[in-house]
Amino acid sequence: MKNSNIIKSIRITLVLTVLLCVIYPVLISMAGKLSKGQGNGETVTLNGKVVGCANEGQKFDKPQYFWGRPSAVDYNAAGSAGSNKGPSNPDYLKQVSDRIDTLLKYHPYLKRSDIPAEMVTASGSGLDPDISPAAAKIQIERVAKNRSLSVDQVSQLVAKNTEAPLLGLFGPAKVNVLKLNVALDELKK
Amino acid sequence: MNTELLGITASFVLMLIIGIPLGKYLAKIFAGERVWTDFMKPLENGIFKLSGINPNEGMDWKQFLKAMMAINLLWLVYGFFVLLYQDKLPLNPDGNPGMTADLAFNSIISFVVNCNLQHYSGESGASYLVQHFIFMFLQFVSAATGIACAVAVFKAFRDKTTTDLGNFWNYFLKSITRLLLPLSIVVALVLTFNGTPSSYAGKDQFISLQGDTVHVSRGPAAQFIAIKHLGTNGGGWFGANSAHPLENPSYLTNMVEIVSQMIIPIAMVLCFGYFIKRKKLGWVIFGVMMIGALMLLIPSISSETGGNSAIAKMGIAQPTGAMEGKEVRLGPTATAFWSTFTTIVSTGSVNGMHDSTMPLTGLWQLLGMMINGFFGGCGVGVLNYFIYLIIAVFISGLMVGRTPEFMGHKVEAREVKIAALITLLSPFLIMVGTAVAAYLFTNHGNADWAVKPSAWLNNPSFHGFSEMLYEMTSSNANNGSGFEGLGDNNIFWNVSAGILMILGRFLPIIGPVAIAGLLAKKKFIPESAGTLKTDTVTFGLMTFAVILVLNALSYFPALALGPIAEFFSMPK
Repeated sequence: MKNSNIIKSIRITLVLTVLLCVIYPVLISMAGKLSKGQGNGETVTLNGKVVGCANEGQKFDKPQYFWGRPSAVDYNAAGSAGSNKGPSNPDYLKQVSDRIDTLLKYHPYLKRSDIPAEMVTASGSGLDPDISPAAAKIQIERVAKNRSLSVDQVSQLVAKNTEAPLLGLFGPAKVNVLKLNVALDELKK
Repeated sequence: MNTELLGITASFVLMLIIGIPLGKYLAKIFAGERVWTDFMKPLENGIFKLSGINPNEGMDWKQFLKAMMAINLLWLVYGFFVLLYQDKLPLNPDGNPGMTADLAFNSIISFVVNCNLQHYSGESGASYLVQHFIFMFLQFVSAATGIACAVAVFKAFRDKTTTDLGNFWNYFLKSITRLLLPLSIVVALVLTFNGTPSSYAGKDQFISLQGDTVHVSRGPAAQFIAIKHLGTNGGGWFGANSAHPLENPSYLTNMVEIVSQMIIPIAMVLCFGYFIKRKKLGWVIFGVMMIGALMLLIPSISSETGGNSAIAKMGIAQPTGAMEGKEVRLGPTATAFWSTFTTIVSTGSVNGMHDSTMPLTGLWQLLGMMINGFFGGCGVGVLNYFIYLIIAVFISGLMVGRTPEFMGHKVEAREVKIAALITLLSPFLIMVGTAVAAYLFTNHGNADWAVKPSAWLNNPSFHGFSEMLYEMTSSNANNGSGFEGLGDNNIFWNVSAGILMILGRFLPIIGPVAIAGLLAKKKFIPESAGTLKTDTVTFGLMTFAVILVLNALSYFPALALGPIAEFFSMPK
């Protein structure tokens, strides 16, 4: 009895492997070729050159760019991770406090209460591509100054790159940092 | 209402709209009634023929369990060797190395038992061959195993007196062809058209806007992520799981993923009622589970949206809530919503890092896994609840001074002993496991392992203790989420979590199937005025009380040392 169960198990495992591990994924992969990015994930281009993955954040620390969130993996998309710091961890709280000081140094016109939490906390994946509209807003003055643009021009660009909630109803509004920065670079020409 | 609350409300409604009719559909399939998916029959017959299986052969509970154990054993052995030697096998474009023996031991158990605890990271730790042919394969079949075993229990109470619990292979295969595979196709298509990669290409490389060279991991992930949720498995394609922007690219995909992990657990509960033709019983159980779920959900949302009080003290604005370990496109509300459901239904996928959630959220996550019966994983959730039900029947029987009965069968010493043992198993495994870990951390900090015990914890004090408690709880509950700060890829955690996962899977399956088999054999006693009715609201409340009391007694001391102590240490 036992033996025949094992034989049946081996046979059904082989058959199901063909169905579930070959036919199913290959079918989806073929359908995926029809999607934006041909099943490889959507990319963003500047002057015809691919500069990044639309859905994955990049490291921005130069003053002429909008900055994304702190990242536990320094935006290395070969991997992904959060900081996994607990809310009461003293080292972590010190780190947050340092990030606030850095932000205030580069944005001397800000009050502490203007800073949204996501700009001083690391994301879950370390690759968060987005910031909230509030987090973009606080950076406008710095970016404008470093690019010799008017605050109005940059504000318009931020507004244009702000994505509303799904159907205008569900979830948060957001700004994709990479797309916004690409739009800035395109403006320069 | 703000858009984040609207978003989770919509997700919740969608779960019910899909889950409830799915329950009726499942009852029909497993009863062999005619359904619209009967066009799959030739495929099923073909598979049975190729496998030498007669799907109409009845099995008693022992034969049923033997078949189930045989195929699971096969997967364990075969998968273990593939993981060890993945570097020498094809479909490894990123050149990932073979796993160490202890990591392979942990990982293969993890996927066979529907836990999907991961001590490796998908990007660097598993080849595409392993991801698809082992992990994704097991995500399908482990969910189907759970569902098949639950249906055997249902079958025991459909007939008055019987030894026939149905055919394991029949339930198993139908769970795949009629449920998991068709739904996976739909979900995978939605994901791939919304930004999740689905091609077999390896890592990509380009120059970023600032001039850095960037490598991007990808691969055929959409297929995997679909079944990861539908089968309440939860293992991530990428290390960051569904927080990863390719694994969960938008709020829409987030809704799809959270809904798909809830529909089968919801459906299975109602399927029980419809299948044994006692619709009301299904709805009473559904009610108890939903109240339990909401009791964990509402405080979680409130503590996450409230933000971190220590950060508030620094004068920073937390307009949407606590953001550490969360993603902007999802927001704290949807992350709290997800964290509750992923812990009660044993999926264990995460869309934000649980280690960084507020102390009380962590408490509700732990409690959800400890109870493990508010909907619960595919099939096994109902089985866990069934054990609580037997205990409740027994206690109620004692209270009113009658022989306890369930569905017209006397519940006697043997059945209650099995139920009591299964109930005690979880606290025993979790407490002993955590105690040993804490002992090693304190007294043998320098043990020469891949990660020294003194370096295990990513956070000090109470939160560090929670990291160890969470890992043991998650393993035993076959959940698979983690307080991921824990340095867990070393021999102690790989082996101990492996043992907990395997015991925490098979004993709570064998127990209920055995009880059901034993009860079904007994003489059927028609209902009379003296029968304790189990499909009433009163009995539902009784079961609820039993669940709360059992779990509070078992776990309160441990929870007090971890998340509760941390909560009181936070600034007000």
